[in-house]
Amino acid sequence: MVNRELVVVGGGPAGMAAAISARENGVKDILLIERDQYLGGLLNQCIHTGFGIEYFKEILTGPEYADRFIRKMTAMSDIEISLRSFVVNLKRDRTLTYLSPGGLCELRPRALIMATGCRERTREMINVPGSRPAGIFTAGLAQKLINIEGLLPGLEVVIIGSGDIGLIMARRFTLEGARVKAIIEIKNCASGLPRNMVQCVEDFDIPIHFKHKVLKISGKSRVESIAVAKVDENNIVIPATAFTVTCDTVLLSVGLILENELIEMAGADIDKITNSPVSTDLNNTSIPGLFVCGNAFKVYDYVDSVTADSELSGKMAAEYLRKCR
Amino acid sequence: MNNYDVCIMGGGVIGTAIARELSRYKINTVLLEKEIELSFGVSKSNSGIIHPGTQNSPVSLKGKLCVQGNILTRKLSRELSIDFKEVGELIVAFNEDEVVKLLQIKKDAEKLGVPGLKMVTIAWLRKHEPNLSRSAIGALYSPTAAVISPYRWVYNLAENALANGVRIFTEAKVESIRARNPYEIHITTSRGIFNSRFAINACGLYADDVSNMVGINDFRICPRKGEEYLLDKKRENMTKHLIFPLPSKVSKGILVTRTSDGNPMIGPTSEEVIDKEDLSTTAAGLNKVLENARRLIPSIKEGDIIAYFAGLRPTAGDDFIIRHEDRVPGFINVAGIQSPGLTAAPAIALMVTDILRREGLNLEKKRVFHKYRKKEYHLFADKKLREAKRLIKRDPEYGDIVCRCEMVSAKEVREAIKRGARTLDGIKFRTRAQAGRCHGSFCTTRLMKILSEEMKIPLVDVSKRGNGSEIVVKDRSHG
Repeated sequence: MVNRELVVVGGGPAGMAAAISARENGVKDILLIERDQYLGGLLNQCIHTGFGIEYFKEILTGPEYADRFIRKMTAMSDIEISLRSFVVNLKRDRTLTYLSPGGLCELRPRALIMATGCRERTREMINVPGSRPAGIFTAGLAQKLINIEGLLPGLEVVIIGSGDIGLIMARRFTLEGARVKAIIEIKNCASGLPRNMVQCVEDFDIPIHFKHKVLKISGKSRVESIAVAKVDENNIVIPATAFTVTCDTVLLSVGLILENELIEMAGADIDKITNSPVSTDLNNTSIPGLFVCGNAFKVYDYVDSVTADSELSGKMAAEYLRKCR
Repeated sequence: MNNYDVCIMGGGVIGTAIARELSRYKINTVLLEKEIELSFGVSKSNSGIIHPGTQNSPVSLKGKLCVQGNILTRKLSRELSIDFKEVGELIVAFNEDEVVKLLQIKKDAEKLGVPGLKMVTIAWLRKHEPNLSRSAIGALYSPTAAVISPYRWVYNLAENALANGVRIFTEAKVESIRARNPYEIHITTSRGIFNSRFAINACGLYADDVSNMVGINDFRICPRKGEEYLLDKKRENMTKHLIFPLPSKVSKGILVTRTSDGNPMIGPTSEEVIDKEDLSTTAAGLNKVLENARRLIPSIKEGDIIAYFAGLRPTAGDDFIIRHEDRVPGFINVAGIQSPGLTAAPAIALMVTDILRREGLNLEKKRVFHKYRKKEYHLFADKKLREAKRLIKRDPEYGDIVCRCEMVSAKEVREAIKRGARTLDGIKFRTRAQAGRCHGSFCTTRLMKILSEEMKIPLVDVSKRGNGSEIVVKDRSHG
């Protein structure tokens, strides 16, 4: 079995920052594993601006922000990058099995940083009654369809929840010529950032209904309508306020969950509700030498914070490796 | 020419079980399904339980065919390489009256020939089902209850029938039937006219409408909805057995079961509806399911739910209707096949074969009958890394993961399409791609591309489950 000093799983902003930082802190033998054919992770589909204000004091798009790290990392000769590589198994002793073009590899690095990001909560997790037709997407999937694939999911859209991706997609659908007919939020304020409320919702006059709840999705083959009603202070539906919005598309923007199934597979302690690693120190897990960073550690509002967090984990991994010697 | 000896209408578990049975004989058989894929009607929402036969009247067709079907399904599942997990079931009693009823159920079931039944005590329950409600005072244990994947079962039956010469047409909706002369039935469909000596109506929810087409209208199919809620696999070890309350007059009640893939499942509700396409779940249904499931297993939480769906049982009175219609020689109704229809399917197929023989169809066995179906690979679900290594070496596409949650490779997806998947749901049912924790957020775009490539259709035509359920409305990727 091949051994490595450090393996970083994930080639998004977190993984790249962690690998670069580990290198800058003296680690010489680093392998970064990325499942996609490109580096950059979800930044690739975030073609809007607003990235880098903290870190670079500049306003960048997602791909531009990613590109700075891709250039820096690929110039470092001690970081090997393995694209289209997919981790299928992780053991407590940090033995890692992954697929890469051409075969199945096994590694046992001395330290491991997991930069696996997060995923969106789905309709299934929040129990929305009604039927299950085509036309129901998480906001991030709709973003990928439009921005990466050039495919328009629908023409009349209702968004459930008001997370940042949902708000950004409200603007994106509008710019693509679709009509965003409503955003439905059960709380009395948006989940997303104030700047997205202003730039993506208010500037485009998109109706947002606070203290409202979805009662039902209707439609046999494709979404046809959605029934909504106001809720009282205890979030109980007020039936007299119910109304229906016709639409062909429903987006969900109801929160993110840390993607930590691999460290869970390895036997690290995981909080059952947040999916975050349970340990005594930042970016650590209950398994020595196994670190977690970026949105897999905690869901951050800004990519700049992801970068800062991941740089710290790279430094911690370097210190851990020094102590091991 | 579309001339057949037997035309089976309906591509659910009943139609495909009959097709597979008839494929042993030297006859021309065709199967017609109105949806884009098989199993997209009643069968796809089945809970997948192979019942032992404990909850049926000892004089009913249901009872007899269920017990026989349980035995036949075991044998057939080995021949067709499908996971058949014998987990056993417990019908739980909460008071002395219920214990008395259980003893009656046991007696009736033994009369039908259900094997291995025994009453178990509180101490046994504490030991074997520690999560069961402390209010339970005893249970009837039947070891022969099992679980199977209902749609994969339909696909495997169909695939083997196809390998043995049965022809299958999907998107072939029966529009009218003409039967002027005995044993000359002309079936007009959306894919042309099929002439057949015999016609078998296995049209599920629409069996009454199809029967009406030949003037037989003495039964009506009433859809009865069942909502089911799937729980996280992390709760896989919540129960060892399938847990049932005492059955009511119309249904087996709300159960704690599991799928053949290991997810616990709670439900179904039982509610008569009018609309034969009403597959919606409701807030009331969820509350009812949770409340009743918690009576059995109190630790179930709403947060354990990871998916939910509804199905419709095609009910027509108390028992199955399986008969040759003497007024329309050659026309056989197989209707009202609600629970335990999945279990009974192979027994129903034998019964229908007997009817055909009695009505004069010459059933001579083929010299070569392909009894076995080769098992498809699901590399990482089985966690056999050495086997995976070997296969990836042979075909690198096995190493190209499309669905990260269930670890389904591009090769497995392409194989599923070669075996008949035409839609995203069809791929999901066969491979589990999109059935994991992200529900397709990650793999949908890739699956769409593979479907588009394999079927040579534009991306805008890729659908969830056929016409009208396309995923996207416009393709702007070519400028």
